[in-house]
Amino acid sequence: MLEIKDLYASAGTKEILKGISLKVNPGEIHAIMGPNGSGKSTLAQVLAGHPAFEVTRGQVLFEGQNLLDLQPEERAQAGIFLAFQYPVELPGITNAYFLRAAYNEMRKARGQEEVDPMDFLDLLEEKLKVVDWGPEIMQRPVNAGFSGGEKKRNEILQLAVLEPKLAILDETDSGLDIDALRTVAEGVNRLRHPDKAFIIITHYQRLLNYIVPDYVHVLSSGRVVMSGGKDLALELEAKGYEWVDAQAEALAR
Amino acid sequence: MSSSVESLVGKEYKYGFVTDIESDIAPRGLNEDTIRLISAKKVEPQWLLDWRLKAYRGWLKMSEPHWSNVKYDPIDYQSIRYYAAPKTTKPLGSLDEVDPKLRETYEKLGIPLSEQKLLAGVAVDAIFDSVSVGTTYKAKLAEQGIIFCSFGEAVREHPDLVQKYLGSVVPLSDNFFAALNSAVFSDGSFVYVPKGVKCPLELSTYFRINAAGTGQFERTLIIADEGASVSYLEGCTAPKRDENQLHAAVVELIALEGATIKYSTVQNWYAGDERGVGGVFNFVTKRGKCVGANSKISWTQVETGSAITWKYPSVILQGDNSVGEFYSVAVVNGKQQADTGTKMIHLGKNTRSTIVSKGISAGEGQNSYRGLVKIMPKADRARNYTQCDSMLVGNRCGAHTFPYIDVQNSTAALEHEASTSKIGEDQIFYLKQRGLNTENAISMIVNGFCKEVFKELPMEFAVEAQKLLTVTLEGSVG
Ligand SMILES: Nc1ncnc2c1ncn2[C@@H]1O[C@H](COP(=O)(O)OP(=O)(O)OP(=O)(O)O)[C@@H](O)[C@H]1O
Ligand SMILES: [Mg+2]
Repeated sequence: MLEIKDLYASAGTKEILKGISLKVNPGEIHAIMGPNGSGKSTLAQVLAGHPAFEVTRGQVLFEGQNLLDLQPEERAQAGIFLAFQYPVELPGITNAYFLRAAYNEMRKARGQEEVDPMDFLDLLEEKLKVVDWGPEIMQRPVNAGFSGGEKKRNEILQLAVLEPKLAILDETDSGLDIDALRTVAEGVNRLRHPDKAFIIITHYQRLLNYIVPDYVHVLSSGRVVMSGGKDLALELEAKGYEWVDAQAEALAR
Repeated sequence: MSSSVESLVGKEYKYGFVTDIESDIAPRGLNEDTIRLISAKKVEPQWLLDWRLKAYRGWLKMSEPHWSNVKYDPIDYQSIRYYAAPKTTKPLGSLDEVDPKLRETYEKLGIPLSEQKLLAGVAVDAIFDSVSVGTTYKAKLAEQGIIFCSFGEAVREHPDLVQKYLGSVVPLSDNFFAALNSAVFSDGSFVYVPKGVKCPLELSTYFRINAAGTGQFERTLIIADEGASVSYLEGCTAPKRDENQLHAAVVELIALEGATIKYSTVQNWYAGDERGVGGVFNFVTKRGKCVGANSKISWTQVETGSAITWKYPSVILQGDNSVGEFYSVAVVNGKQQADTGTKMIHLGKNTRSTIVSKGISAGEGQNSYRGLVKIMPKADRARNYTQCDSMLVGNRCGAHTFPYIDVQNSTAALEHEASTSKIGEDQIFYLKQRGLNTENAISMIVNGFCKEVFKELPMEFAVEAQKLLTVTLEGSVG
């Protein structure tokens, strides 16, 4: 589904990603961990097409097409969804209006008809259950005045509505209380599907207790320095990043 | 690389067609004879001619003001034609008699001149250049004693009302452009809503400047008698021309005791090309007077067009407990300049005013908010709330705010909020990540920004205003 080959990316003159390779198949869940500033969000943003980053080398294939040739909205329409680490606020635009516009863009891209507000409300009712929210939230402006946790939850609601093929969750668990964490994790688990894949960026093993990954990768200074199964996350939690660095050094020698 | 949130592509002006109708036009230039000619063409009574001449003589002694934050080449008042009427042989009895070419123009503009519009609750008085060509639903409105007609007709049919109120809010000598308008105004709209009557339709006028080199000087007078209420919509469009066209209108609103007037404008005049050539100079004096107690005047404007916009729809709050409101969206793109805002003059007790101004600057546009809140000594417990927000698109445009406050009564309570934001790359990216293209993303962000103003517009206009905003900003972000 997704194949990243030797990807290098920089912001201005700062090189951030230094040769990342990763392969994600349908149905898989990949966790990406790594210290602050290691490039996790950058990788996510580059995949989504953020204009602040320039890809200087490498290739990304998504379902066989060259992802880097596509505009961000084309990537979204192709089925890539990014749950942002820091979701932006959109004052004056209601959640309902925004979500329907996004949903209709996806439908149009698939050659389907747009849905009218009434039908969309029916759909929403279903999706709101995923995040355990009432309908009031839909009349509030997107993320404006939302608490940190509410913003994250709103990302998951969008994920549930838009039903992407590949969802990248950038620290969606940060800032969530224990109940919210469980709700979000359950939401993601409900959206699991043999045709769909997830990349989950997190600092905490905690989340991975709920969403069990198939693979865990550790990023350090813009490189994948370790990959393994779900146990790697446990080991990481026990031994810390110093251990990773030591391993990486040993590897480099 | 961080892509700059900007790339300037001038948007083709969609309404830039010229209708070919033989115009009955005055020679260029302005002197007392021009004024006599206008007055004679319109078969006006002597008092009105005298009034015009008095205005003209006053105007001669005035000089063009230059305190606003806009720049333009000097206007040659002798090169303007002050009168242009589409040629018709006899007065029009019904809409069907309107010149088909004119009707076509309206069709192109999408003006709802047909009777079907009654269903939508809109009555239209269309001003084509300077003469009003057709007024719909007059009969329907007349049943309730509502007068909705061209200014010229009002002078003929209701001279006492016109004479009583003309210039009562904007006096002859008020300012340079108002004085010029008083001398040469050609037509406009007149509304009178009698005591206790709530006007059942939204009254609507579309203005359009057509003939080359004609300034448009309409005059609008709206009177809501005691306990009456009316909502009036004004839409404006002008064809594309290389030369600058002057538009110096005067609008006077009078609200008697307990009356309410809501005046909404969507202004989309030609803004000039991407190099700043051509476009309308929109120098307008709009003012309302809450004469009676418990009256209310509300201005809502969406200004997306014109090369230069210079206007301050204001309210004189004379009656106790009267309310003044000003809701504004002003958008500049390309080389457009806007200096707009309001004046709220509190005279009566417990008077309240609200100002919500949303300025959007893109391209090399310059947008200034200029507002005055004045609390006079007798205005006990007057209140004002001002909110003034600016949004910048790209980094070659400018937003400026000039709030003036003059408080002469210690019981006054004034609140002022202001903000400036830049339309963020991250906001746009967020929306693109959710599948929207750049234009739709910007349109959504900007419409969200303007929401508090759009919700004041009648439904139909709100939709049109949103579209206009999108068209105006098209190509401003890349
Ligand atoms: N637009 C930018 N311009 C310059 N430097 C940037 C930019 N974006 C990110 N960086 C830098 O790139 C590095 C990687 O940042 P990134 O946000 O990808 O880290 P992260 O792994 O997600 O960290 P965290 O765990 O704290 O979220 C950091 O040093 C950061 O300062
Ligand atoms: Mg991060």
